[in-house]
Amino acid sequence: MNTRELTCIVCPRGCQLTAVLNDDGSVTVKGNTCKRGEEYAKAELTHPVRTLTTTVRTADGSVLPVRTAQPIPKELVFKAMKAVNALVLDRPVTFGDVVIADILGTGVDLIAAGIWNNVK
Amino acid sequence: MITKELVIIGGGPAGMSAAVAAFDAGVRDLLIIERDVKLGGILRQCIHNGFGLHRFGEELSGPEYAYRYEKMVAEREIPVKLNTMVLDITSDKVITATNSTDGVFQIKAKAVILAMGCRERPRGALAISGTRPAGILTAGTAQKLVNMKGCMPGKNVVILGSGDIGLIMARRMTLEGAKVHAVCELMPYSGGLARNIEQCLHDFDIPLYLSTTVVGIEGKEHLEAVTVAQVDDKRRPIPGTFRRIECDTLLLSVGLIPENELTKQAGLTLSPVTNGAPVDQDRMTDIEGIYSCGNVLHVHDLVDYVPEEAAIAGKSAAAYIKGDYSPAEAIPVKTDGKVRYTVPQKLTTRDEARLFFRVANIFRNVRIFVKDGENEIFSLKKIKVAPGEMESITLKKEVMEKLSGGELYIGMEVGE
Ligand SMILES: Cc1cc2nc3c(=O)[nH]c(=O)nc-3n(C[C@H](O)[C@H](O)[C@H](O)COP(=O)(O)OP(=O)(O)OC[C@H]3O[C@@H](n4cnc5c(N)ncnc54)[C@H](O)[C@@H]3O)c2cc1C
Repeated sequence: MNTRELTCIVCPRGCQLTAVLNDDGSVTVKGNTCKRGEEYAKAELTHPVRTLTTTVRTADGSVLPVRTAQPIPKELVFKAMKAVNALVLDRPVTFGDVVIADILGTGVDLIAAGIWNNVK
Repeated sequence: MITKELVIIGGGPAGMSAAVAAFDAGVRDLLIIERDVKLGGILRQCIHNGFGLHRFGEELSGPEYAYRYEKMVAEREIPVKLNTMVLDITSDKVITATNSTDGVFQIKAKAVILAMGCRERPRGALAISGTRPAGILTAGTAQKLVNMKGCMPGKNVVILGSGDIGLIMARRMTLEGAKVHAVCELMPYSGGLARNIEQCLHDFDIPLYLSTTVVGIEGKEHLEAVTVAQVDDKRRPIPGTFRRIECDTLLLSVGLIPENELTKQAGLTLSPVTNGAPVDQDRMTDIEGIYSCGNVLHVHDLVDYVPEEAAIAGKSAAAYIKGDYSPAEAIPVKTDGKVRYTVPQKLTTRDEARLFFRVANIFRNVRIFVKDGENEIFSLKKIKVAPGEMESITLKKEVMEKLSGGELYIGMEVGE
């Protein structure tokens, strides 16, 4: 059995969670006040994930906010940053449009969190 | 002179939400004035996620959250003047503003909503000895540079102050390849949210030093190093704990101050505690028809309650414009110091009233009470309260109707 004290990062409330990884591989969570907290704790003990928010360069030299549509494995965060920073966006996008599909084979898309349409 | 029923100064979440609420309550002759190139306010630079769970049940980034309100403004075709700076307001609600197409112009308004937001405390407000090289900036300025200009202020970073913006920038700079050597916090606790300590510092092994401050700055043209030291319980540096850290960037995240120059020009007196204008439950200031909401009223570290508060101001302004305004005798709301302040600071209603408040320190096992003279009219227990978190209580109509009319007193008993 493996017990961990966690601070939930799902919302500003920041609940203090106790998560127990049972011998059968299941996880028991205490201290959460919502379902998302339970999911967060389970993921922390099995495969931690994070939403990546950053910016991407655009063809006119500005930057545009982007984020992963869902959380991606935590250990891939820096690799994903590299992939985003290698890109120069050259087609117009608006909120929610896919900027990089299936980033690093995670099944998660990187989406625009702003509008860019200054194509020359 | 142009006339308007309602002018809203500032197009951040507060200004947009106030405008939408006023429109929905029937006001059509209204205008939002915003000095920036776009609506959205400070959230345009807050590209991280964690917004909107409370309001929209979805996890959004700052720009996405702001865009929701921008769309509500656009759908209602509420007029907006961008790139326009308000220079002055008088107590009889004459607004002077300027932009490059209209020059300097004046508007006489029936009602005004102040929604100018806040700004960060600059370094000048802090006494650090040493030189004044480049490379020292507020965390919010760094946030704007990195997130909106795509430009990194440095590679080796020390952060003074553990407010949320500092924590968020520790992560952001790390993701973009900088090394954050230390986050130093003068107080024995962090001013930031636990979730941000977790996901912005722990995730990246960035050390947080509590009861620690920056005591020296080195560098001629550009910052070369800072000296940090631990402080005692009177916040004096402890000899023998001095440590030099080489760095090219010092970010300051030492708090926010409401942007109230215009408020003062209108003749309003600011509360020394909130640095905003005192208001009643409608968010009306001491001048009839002038309202204040969002960060200009009191610092909201989180946007969560901002639109709600602004909607109260918008709806109340709409009622005032229609002549539907009959305040009851004002009841002042005082605090005991442990409860630092409340908003509103006075009640001119005998209907249900919600009081927002902040506490002065971290306290555990507390009982919050409200007294009307000797009479206790409300009591609530809480396991923990912290200065960084806005709390609220609601006084029900049954309680409000029975008030004596004297001062209300809100205080806190602290248990073991
Ligand atoms: C640097 C920084 C980072 C923050 N990060 C977060 C965060 O991560 N999460 C969070 O929940 N909250 C954050 N906050 C708090 C955030 O400010 C509030 O949650 C929210 O944005 C307040 O909304 P507002 O409309 O009151 O103010 P603002 O968003 O600041 O909007 C005020 C608007 O008024 C305009 N204005 C000011 N003066 C004039 C004038 N004279 N004439 C015309 N226009 C004027 C400004 O240009 C601005 O657009 C942050 C605050 C700051 C300062």
